[in-house]
Amino acid sequence: MKFEDYRTQSHYDEYFEAEGVPRPSILPFIRRINQLSDKKILRWKRAAESALLQAGITFALYGEQEGQIDRIFPFDIIPRIIDSQDWNVIEPGLKQRIYVLNQFIDDIYNEQKILQDNIIPGEIIMSAKSYRQQCAGFHPPKSIWCHITGTDIVRDSTGQLYVLEDNLRCPSGVSYALEDREVLKRTFPRVFETMRVYPIDDYPNKLYEMLSYLAPTNVDSPTIVVLTPGIFNSAYFEHSFLARQMGVQLVEGRDLVVVDGFVCMKTIYGLKQVDVIYRRIDDDFIDPLSFREDSMLGIPGIMDVYRSGRVAIANSPGTGVADDKAIYAYVPQMTKYYLDEDMILPNVPTYLCWDEKQRKHVIGNIDKLVVKAVNESGGYGMLVGPHSTERQQAEFIDKINANPRNYIAQPTLDLSCVPTVVDNHYEPRHVDFRPYILYGQDIWVMPGGLTRVALPKGSLVVNSSQGGGSKDTWVLQATEQKRVSPRTSSKRLDNR
Amino acid sequence: MLSRVAESIFWMSRYVERAENIARFIDVNLRLVLDTPMDINLQWEPLVQITADEELFSSQYSSPNQKNVLNFLIFNVKNPNSITSCVSRARDNARTVREVITAEMWLCINEFYLFLLSPRCRTEAFSSPNTFLTKVKNYSQLLIGLAESTMVHNEGWHFIRMGHLLERADKTSRSLDMKYFIVLPEVDYVGTAYDTLQWAALLKSVSALDVYRKQYHRITPSNIVRFLFFQPDFPRSVKYCLRECDASLHEVTMTPPGSYSNPAERQLGILRAEIEYADVNEIVQVGLHEYIDTFQLKLNRVGDTIMSSLFMVRPSESETMGRRTR
Repeated sequence: MKFEDYRTQSHYDEYFEAEGVPRPSILPFIRRINQLSDKKILRWKRAAESALLQAGITFALYGEQEGQIDRIFPFDIIPRIIDSQDWNVIEPGLKQRIYVLNQFIDDIYNEQKILQDNIIPGEIIMSAKSYRQQCAGFHPPKSIWCHITGTDIVRDSTGQLYVLEDNLRCPSGVSYALEDREVLKRTFPRVFETMRVYPIDDYPNKLYEMLSYLAPTNVDSPTIVVLTPGIFNSAYFEHSFLARQMGVQLVEGRDLVVVDGFVCMKTIYGLKQVDVIYRRIDDDFIDPLSFREDSMLGIPGIMDVYRSGRVAIANSPGTGVADDKAIYAYVPQMTKYYLDEDMILPNVPTYLCWDEKQRKHVIGNIDKLVVKAVNESGGYGMLVGPHSTERQQAEFIDKINANPRNYIAQPTLDLSCVPTVVDNHYEPRHVDFRPYILYGQDIWVMPGGLTRVALPKGSLVVNSSQGGGSKDTWVLQATEQKRVSPRTSSKRLDNR
Repeated sequence: MLSRVAESIFWMSRYVERAENIARFIDVNLRLVLDTPMDINLQWEPLVQITADEELFSSQYSSPNQKNVLNFLIFNVKNPNSITSCVSRARDNARTVREVITAEMWLCINEFYLFLLSPRCRTEAFSSPNTFLTKVKNYSQLLIGLAESTMVHNEGWHFIRMGHLLERADKTSRSLDMKYFIVLPEVDYVGTAYDTLQWAALLKSVSALDVYRKQYHRITPSNIVRFLFFQPDFPRSVKYCLRECDASLHEVTMTPPGSYSNPAERQLGILRAEIEYADVNEIVQVGLHEYIDTFQLKLNRVGDTIMSSLFMVRPSESETMGRRTR
């Protein structure tokens, strides 16, 4: 298993700048890997997978039969590596974006200046399914709405980085990023020393700090909880993981109750007041009195306590409005409006089917575009034009015409690739990247994150529900440009 | 500690202990196989009787032979008391309290579960059942050891203790009852070597044979009852289990020992007093089987009151108790 045999197959490759020419920042890693025998690499791969299974780092797919063994999120030991040059764009780009989105959400639920100034058409906001009338006029603690974000970033064939999605509701996956790192630290200990990889272990600390910051001001040592829908949720492992990492209680809706205007949890000694809730339940289910009446997962009356400021909830209900893919298309205008700046990290060009002219373009070019329903996630409700049949295209055209507000389209990006272990050699596989951003006293971007990889050959869909796996993500710290070799030929691999 | 969490951790511990004791029951019978005269057909039915699952068993199997009974008690997921069911439910409970138990405990319980699902284990259980049963017992012991040595000894730990001690008290009493169900081939066999053999197998299955011998030297039924019910320092005796369970319960509620502040403490206290002041001769007069039956009913009531007074908090009650704590 040597990289000499690796072919980039003419995609943008995160490891190679040209066929057989590794990127300088990746070179130390490739050298190390090339020293290892195939047997060792395959053994480590199995060891990594069994470590994940033993630790119960598993997920369940919806609709699987009962009694089926949990599966691990497939894991590839070859990491995705992001050099400091790229990071110097991603980090400020995300800080700018989260700041702007928070401004936007606060504005939309209060003064609506951006609508009055005709930057965004009001009807596109009011028609968003994720717009919560119940949040109008509300000011969340410290004016922060989106405390935890998991932004999806992709790179196209030209090497340009884009923000693909924002995920402002309950983004998941950070536990896999942290556990994947633990596994790789054991697998390649020496490489970590030589390559100056940013540590990411700090995330639970930062999360705890951020949640404490939200607590009502009169509370000295706040009681913080993680709220999960329960053990049958596919991300349950993560909820439990985060509660453990922060040393806080993991609660379900049935453990909480509203008494005398406070949220309390039921303990063996009676009721205990809760100050901050990191909820991993969707808006729809959090309070049957405010949202869906049939929710069995929520806590009746919790929204009243929230509105009265006696409990903080992260993320705030209502943030999903900015996840609407039609509203996503307006982030460049928002950035200009709130900050008078251009976007550091651009959006993928997006066509709104809602607009007649753009809709015509989408329908005329449907075989080249990716069409997405504005409220879906997880790889559901989308059409990848070049990989679809004419019949599927016709179906989507009908859907678009029936409800144009519900669809957007984007060019089909040839996502960048990272070498991935396939059987007993490396092949390029498409990836995306989800770093996590916390918004508390200030905005912090985790220097790392979850790289999702589409494991089936040629697939562009990275979601775990559609055959995706994960990779560790290494963000490299800037070095003092000392190791650049004068001889370019040395970058070429020896063909021993 | 959340009531739901306390409940889960209590049941996690109970289920693991139950799995271990099922393994111990099977062990008794396997030991008897080795010493049973060729002309006597070894009975496997008693194993199903002592857990009171005869109906479920006969709905799924035609005859109570070794293979069927082992399958029923070890792997059958429709049998809620099979080892696999117990461990699977213990793991489900553990998954919901991972922030309370330690990482080592979770790894252990998950490994236990994965072991039971592996094809290797299925072969081993039938080809060399002793090796298999030892593994089951070891996993359970390891878990108790890990709780002891890696957990903070706080409420969570006390609930783990209460879970396994209550379960163990129940199972020790049931193992004594097993002798009632294993019918001797003929009346003449009472008091013979074969009778002694059965009692010895029984003692051995609860790891009590050697310690029993040191104390009483000879095997007699009344001394065995004395030992398994009332030996104060034997960790599987009923008396020991109830004492320690009572101690843990009082640690959690902070009620002074010997008094009670809730129905669970009261029920357990009453049962403890009965055991503390019981007399073996009286038991023999009532009949051992009948005594054990009544004991188990009372023990179940203790379990139920623990559930209702510690695990089910209703807002209205707590309010009137004025117990909202910050």
